[in-house]
Amino acid sequence: MNKPLRRIAIFCGLLMVALMVRSNWIQFAQGDELRNDPKNRRVAIERYGQPRGNIIVDGKAITGSKETEGTDFKYKRTYKNGEMWAPVTGYASQAYGATQLESIYDGILTGDDDRLFFNRTIDMFTGKDQKGGNVVTTLDADVQKAGFEAMGDKKGAAVAINPETGAILGLVSTPSYDPSSFAGNSSKDVKAWSRLQKENNEDEPMLNRALRQTYPPGSTFKVVTAAAALESGMYDIDEKTDTPDPYRLPQSTTDLGNDGNHPCENASLRVAMQWSCNTVFAKISDELGNEKMIEYSERFGFNQEHFVPVRAVESVYPEDNRPQNAMAGIGQASNRATPLQMAMVAAAVANDGKMMEPYMMDQLVAPSLNVVEEHKPRELGEVASAENAQKLQQMMETVVEKGTGTPAQIDGVTVGGKTGTAQHGENNEKNPYAWFISYAKTSDGSTPIAVAVVIESADVLRDDIAGSKLAAPVAKAMMEAALDGRR
Amino acid sequence: MSTSHATGNTGSNTTISPGGLPSRRNTELAMLVFAVLIPVFAYANVGLAVNGEMPAGMLGYGLGLGLMAGVAHLVVRRFAPYADPLMLPIATLLNGLGLVLIWRLDQSERLALRGEGAAAPNQLMWSALGIALFLAVLVFLKDHRILQRYTYISMVVALVLLILPMFFPAVYGAKIWITIGGMSIQPGEFAKIIIAVFFAGYLMVKRDALALASRRFLGLYLPRGRDLGPILVIWALSVLILVFETDLGTSLLFFGLFVVMLYVATERTSWILFGLTLAVVGAVAVASFEPHVQSRVQDWLDPFHTVRETGDVNQPAAAMWAFGSGGILGAGLGQGHSDLIGFAAKSDYIFATVGEELGLTGVMAILLLYGLLVERGIRTALAARDPFGKLLAVGLSAAFAIQVFVVAGGVMALIPLTGMTMPFMAQGGSSVIANWALVAILLKISDTARRPAPAPAPSPDVEMTQVVRS
Repeated sequence: MNKPLRRIAIFCGLLMVALMVRSNWIQFAQGDELRNDPKNRRVAIERYGQPRGNIIVDGKAITGSKETEGTDFKYKRTYKNGEMWAPVTGYASQAYGATQLESIYDGILTGDDDRLFFNRTIDMFTGKDQKGGNVVTTLDADVQKAGFEAMGDKKGAAVAINPETGAILGLVSTPSYDPSSFAGNSSKDVKAWSRLQKENNEDEPMLNRALRQTYPPGSTFKVVTAAAALESGMYDIDEKTDTPDPYRLPQSTTDLGNDGNHPCENASLRVAMQWSCNTVFAKISDELGNEKMIEYSERFGFNQEHFVPVRAVESVYPEDNRPQNAMAGIGQASNRATPLQMAMVAAAVANDGKMMEPYMMDQLVAPSLNVVEEHKPRELGEVASAENAQKLQQMMETVVEKGTGTPAQIDGVTVGGKTGTAQHGENNEKNPYAWFISYAKTSDGSTPIAVAVVIESADVLRDDIAGSKLAAPVAKAMMEAALDGRR
Repeated sequence: MSTSHATGNTGSNTTISPGGLPSRRNTELAMLVFAVLIPVFAYANVGLAVNGEMPAGMLGYGLGLGLMAGVAHLVVRRFAPYADPLMLPIATLLNGLGLVLIWRLDQSERLALRGEGAAAPNQLMWSALGIALFLAVLVFLKDHRILQRYTYISMVVALVLLILPMFFPAVYGAKIWITIGGMSIQPGEFAKIIIAVFFAGYLMVKRDALALASRRFLGLYLPRGRDLGPILVIWALSVLILVFETDLGTSLLFFGLFVVMLYVATERTSWILFGLTLAVVGAVAVASFEPHVQSRVQDWLDPFHTVRETGDVNQPAAAMWAFGSGGILGAGLGQGHSDLIGFAAKSDYIFATVGEELGLTGVMAILLLYGLLVERGIRTALAARDPFGKLLAVGLSAAFAIQVFVVAGGVMALIPLTGMTMPFMAQGGSSVIANWALVAILLKISDTARRPAPAPAPSPDVEMTQVVRS
């Protein structure tokens, strides 16, 4: 009987070996995959197991963490002045995950990033909890606050950039939301989240209008058209253009006129910019042609996504037929732009034609305060020669000095700007979008700030909505805040 | 592992010859000290990890476990002095660790929110009862051959125990419980031992007929039609259990047990082929119409399909995550989240807590302990001098091995999951009591086998043993 007994012994041994092989397979071979499976609740438990690193503005944290009760997620995110900063931070919610800076630098903020390996190891051996690093932003609290307060109840966005470096100083989107309200995982958080969703809230507070929404740029696009005109060599700043008023659009029977009673017939670029003459810029756009216009807009950053490092959607200048291309020259056709894009336009002009890459992450700092990563300003390209850029500056400065943009004037500072009023809706029946882009130049020749503001709709009479009345004061407030900070 | 046993077995031939073998009782005592100390340290570890302080019941638990192990050792010393020295320490260690793991899960807020009360105190009581039964078997079962007298009574009792749960309502989809006065008993655990007694007695008598009278067909020795009867009856019974009690595990266990014992008794490989074919046919046939079994098979093939389809985390997925999250070294006792498994975390899924908190290392160690216990049991079978003892020892050991394989394999999704308990570790009174009795019988057989000068037994088996000895 012993021979079969030995075989049974081997058989039982094989049963145990099979179990051991299986445990090696699921715990070692597949271990990492199972451990890091996003649906594995342990991932979230660990993620919220210690206070999260902070997002820093002007040396102060605009985020925080607090202990929660009654859940296995120990800490939840808090935000200081969350509504104002939401377009910058995004959110980090136990229930809904993270977006924007909170998501892009999640590894640094939780401490899981490979570059924090050394810190983690030290913490492990000294028995401390893992700590997250901080994200230091380029934002300027004063500029942001000025922009946010000036926007008030109005729906829209404002972006401020330092033209010399590309650093983003302000990023406002209204109406906004408080990411603290759904940072947890309770039914209260679920309700708060649901109230903010598009289907329950027509204002779309969670839409980041500064980066993720494109608008018809209206007359502010004339700056791009003017740059194209100068760069093509076919026009100069004070040379008269051969433009009728009204101007009949090519291949069409539609006449294009101008707002108000201004000297637009045959106006030079400077005068046309000063009074925002539609006729002049539509004709330029037509004469340069669709292909050239696309080429010049792309120099400014159209037709591509930008990462600041949060993704900004693509602003477009598409291929189109002649009449539409002519209208695109005044920003009233199929071309669309994000507020960020128009701020980049103003900044590139202000920086003598050199376009800097926009960014808002200055440094990533380890818990030990070592700098893990730092952003160095980078030039994206030249939108125009320095000479032409200075001519564009002259035009924009004329606009503020004695044109449509006078409300943006600031004492003792040279301000260049451009207003815009973009029609939209079928037959233009909806309230138009009010635009203003501008920059400020101090007496020492530096340009600390360029701004783009768009206001979607405000309950005012449509005649009264010109960019200068609604958007320019916001831009002015932001520029003043930046200048005050310099003094 | 199998190689080491192969060499070990060659050496074990010497243990059959009667002679002055050391009793190894002191070895057992030394091992028992470890078997008590390791769970006590584990207990302290859980307390420190969960509450940041030494658990209050530390002294009581340590003394209790130590006392039970000590008494068990003394009784073994007195009533089974030549018994195998490893089985008692291994069983003590597994039971002690099981208690710690259950106590650790008692600390879980998640399980408390599910309305699960503390299970460790009850489990400690059941363990004490189990050890009491262990002692009773050692003291009152003078010789395992006495059990042979109860062959057919065993059959009736086993059948009754197996069929009884059919008349009680299903608990969580499986009819494996009988409830008497608020107390739940899992009769399958006891039936496992009793049916092994029946098989051993029956096969000892019938094995010659089964082994010799056969026809050669396609190079295989096939049994005669009338000898096929019993195996077909057992097969039918297994299938019936599967269908009416939806208990895949017990069905697998009994069928496996019978095939193993039949093979050992007859030395005919054809029985194994026959058994495997019948098992596959039965399993496939039942799986084709039984939705309960089908869903288990689906969970086995893809543990995450429910998560993917509905977003709800079910037990198979949660168990896989628990094992995976444990990794090589584990999260540490008290620091894992195996309580996310929810229902049955302390019973059927206790092994997932080992996987998460003790890691691959702990899982391998526990599996080695189970493997060692099984191989000591089979070694006892090798050393036994009478065919009944051989058959009973190998039957009990194989049943134990199959049970471990079925539970651990099910929890780790190596095979479809079945509702069975991890011997000695899982929460459940029937299981722990039955397994202590199982170990007691094995110890008794090994004591007889290793006893230096066998008393001339009045049993008629002696002659048969002579014939059989290889």
